Amino acid sequence: MSEKKTKQRQPHGNGAAHARDGKIAGQELWQAQFEAAPKRPGAVDRTISDHPLKPLYGPEDLAGVDYERDLSFPGQFPYTRGIHATMYRSRLWTMRQFAGFGTAKQTNERFHFLLSQGQTGLSVAFDMPALMGYDSDHPRALGEVGKCGVAIATLQDMQDLFAGIDLGRISTSMTINCTAPIALAMYIATAEAQGVPAERLSGTLQADMLKEYIAQKEWIYPPEPSMRIITDMMAYCSKHVPKWNTISISGYHIREAGSTAVQELAFTLADGFAYVEAGIAAGLDVDDFAPRLSFFFNAHSDFFEEIAKYRAARRIWARHMRERFKARNPRSWTLRFHTQTAGCSATAQQAENNIMRVAFQALSAVLGGTQSLHTNSLDEVLALPTEENAQLALRTQQIMAYETGVANVIDPLGGSYYVEKLTSDMEAGAENYFERIAELGGVIPAIHAGFFQKEIADASYRYQREIESGDRIIVGVNDFVQEEAEQIALLKIDRAVELEQCARVKAFREARDGEVTKAALARLAAAAQTDENLMPHYLDCVKSKATLGEISEALVPIFGRYREASVI
Amino acid sequence: MARPIRILVAKAGLDGHDRGAKVIARALRDAGFEVIYTGLHQTPEQVVEAAIQEDVDGIGLSVLSGAHMTLFPRIKELLVGEGASDIVLFGGGTIPNEDVKPLLAAGVAGVFTPGTPMATIVDFVRRECGKRVGA
Repeated sequence: MSEKKTKQRQPHGNGAAHARDGKIAGQELWQAQFEAAPKRPGAVDRTISDHPLKPLYGPEDLAGVDYERDLSFPGQFPYTRGIHATMYRSRLWTMRQFAGFGTAKQTNERFHFLLSQGQTGLSVAFDMPALMGYDSDHPRALGEVGKCGVAIATLQDMQDLFAGIDLGRISTSMTINCTAPIALAMYIATAEAQGVPAERLSGTLQADMLKEYIAQKEWIYPPEPSMRIITDMMAYCSKHVPKWNTISISGYHIREAGSTAVQELAFTLADGFAYVEAGIAAGLDVDDFAPRLSFFFNAHSDFFEEIAKYRAARRIWARHMRERFKARNPRSWTLRFHTQTAGCSATAQQAENNIMRVAFQALSAVLGGTQSLHTNSLDEVLALPTEENAQLALRTQQIMAYETGVANVIDPLGGSYYVEKLTSDMEAGAENYFERIAELGGVIPAIHAGFFQKEIADASYRYQREIESGDRIIVGVNDFVQEEAEQIALLKIDRAVELEQCARVKAFREARDGEVTKAALARLAAAAQTDENLMPHYLDCVKSKATLGEISEALVPIFGRYREASVI
Repeated sequence: MARPIRILVAKAGLDGHDRGAKVIARALRDAGFEVIYTGLHQTPEQVVEAAIQEDVDGIGLSVLSGAHMTLFPRIKELLVGEGASDIVLFGGGTIPNEDVKPLLAAGVAGVFTPGTPMATIVDFVRRECGKRVGA
């Protein structure tokens, strides 16, 4: 329908039902009845993100929405209703459970287990030392080895991680950022050793450094050299690893850090636009790399708000990519995303309740059209999941996919007065943030100014106070509390893991030709002082058996080390 | 009038999850305490050095990486070594119940697991760290 037709259209298309002052028959009566009735106390008139809510939405809330312009059909610009014409009628979302703990061998066993249970993609969680650029035996790694992910320091570790898994057939997502080029180089080298060439590899690297400075806070170098490393990876992959998603632009951690839904949406897309600008500034054609950008969002507990967020994300990305960045390839317009249920919403109290939270959150992701999904395990608030709990989380997805029927109709909430209004509100809220970020000079200046960090801290403190005051109920935490006898059984990472891993790293270093390694590291450092693409040098270092910590450290004298000016 | 209680909110180790630390820092500040935040990725040595330099009454340590059984005892050990064992060490994070007792036994004065109300922590600080101010 055109704008003109929209104006002439009668709400409900029924002229007879149309009363005075643009009100629909019955509306005034409803309003009066609603206002006269008692209401529940608490935060019922706003979303979990503090977005104001009406008790009822109606035709008037669709007034500004033009079907062709704002919604259109699935697979068509602006993709509000989904990026594929068929969505889950052709293929369900990828059930991709994030896993990693202990040594590479232990995680390899978990991977084989998950694949045997019907999981369709792999997702690697690395430990803190690997995420921060330290080898397992570095003094700063003490107590952290293999704890919140798998310990990877050497090419041997990566080869053990994927032992018995054909990298030409599986897609792998790696949640790693400042050390992402090293992980990618190790993965390519591991595949080559299996006889799989790089051009056949498919998977995703998180490699989203901007959100590290904003929220997740794992870094080595300052933002500017980090952006250079990322554009080097984008350029390299577009030629040599064409099926690889080079960046997974992540709102997940922004939300976990305490942001609202609109902040998650706005900051994530602002980061995405910053990568596009960086790619273009590095001389790449937008259509050469934009199709390989993917996204990663959180599925929090406010059901409809989350669905609106995913729908708005697709629409905003499409509009900006086509209109602002002049992308011509429709694949550059489509926002593909992975979703993970909100770790921060899980409670230690009555941990089994997390199963239900996860199911509702996962449902919002599917109704929002996600491409892949991780459902958290009930025990993740306290530890990495046990095998039993990881399986239960995967089963939650399978039940949703095969038993509930929710995957059978595309964008089933499209046209809902409420969901469409909330989608439009989300878009407007994000556009407002884009303007504020632009006024600060862009994403990196806004990071240096502490803008995002402050916005998130404010939102998380507001939320915490709502819980404290009882305005917002968290079952088992501030209401429906019960005495609990024993806590659920948790996965324990034995101290022996750290000792074993440190010994492995030492043995790896001793067995190599140190001169060859040193020379490769020197070539990487030299290249960093020029405009040369660093990716071939990362590969060279990995194949010359340099460790993750050594490669990270080699660039510190050139790029410097990032220090955050902390704000509370 | 006694001076206000001074607290160092600290993040040790490599984990970057600072949501809890920041929320607690604000809650303590709003309760009238002086709050200093170390920022992220501090070594235990850096935390203790900052605590002594700033002459704080308590250290609130936040650990969400699973390294709590290493970091808490190490900081306590350093405090004792520096003759600063009167600085109250407390903290929280993703700490399973079964680890609470060993941490308390290692000299950690208070361990707050997920879901603890801010008011509980404020009361703890007023009571435990207040002793040092009064002394």
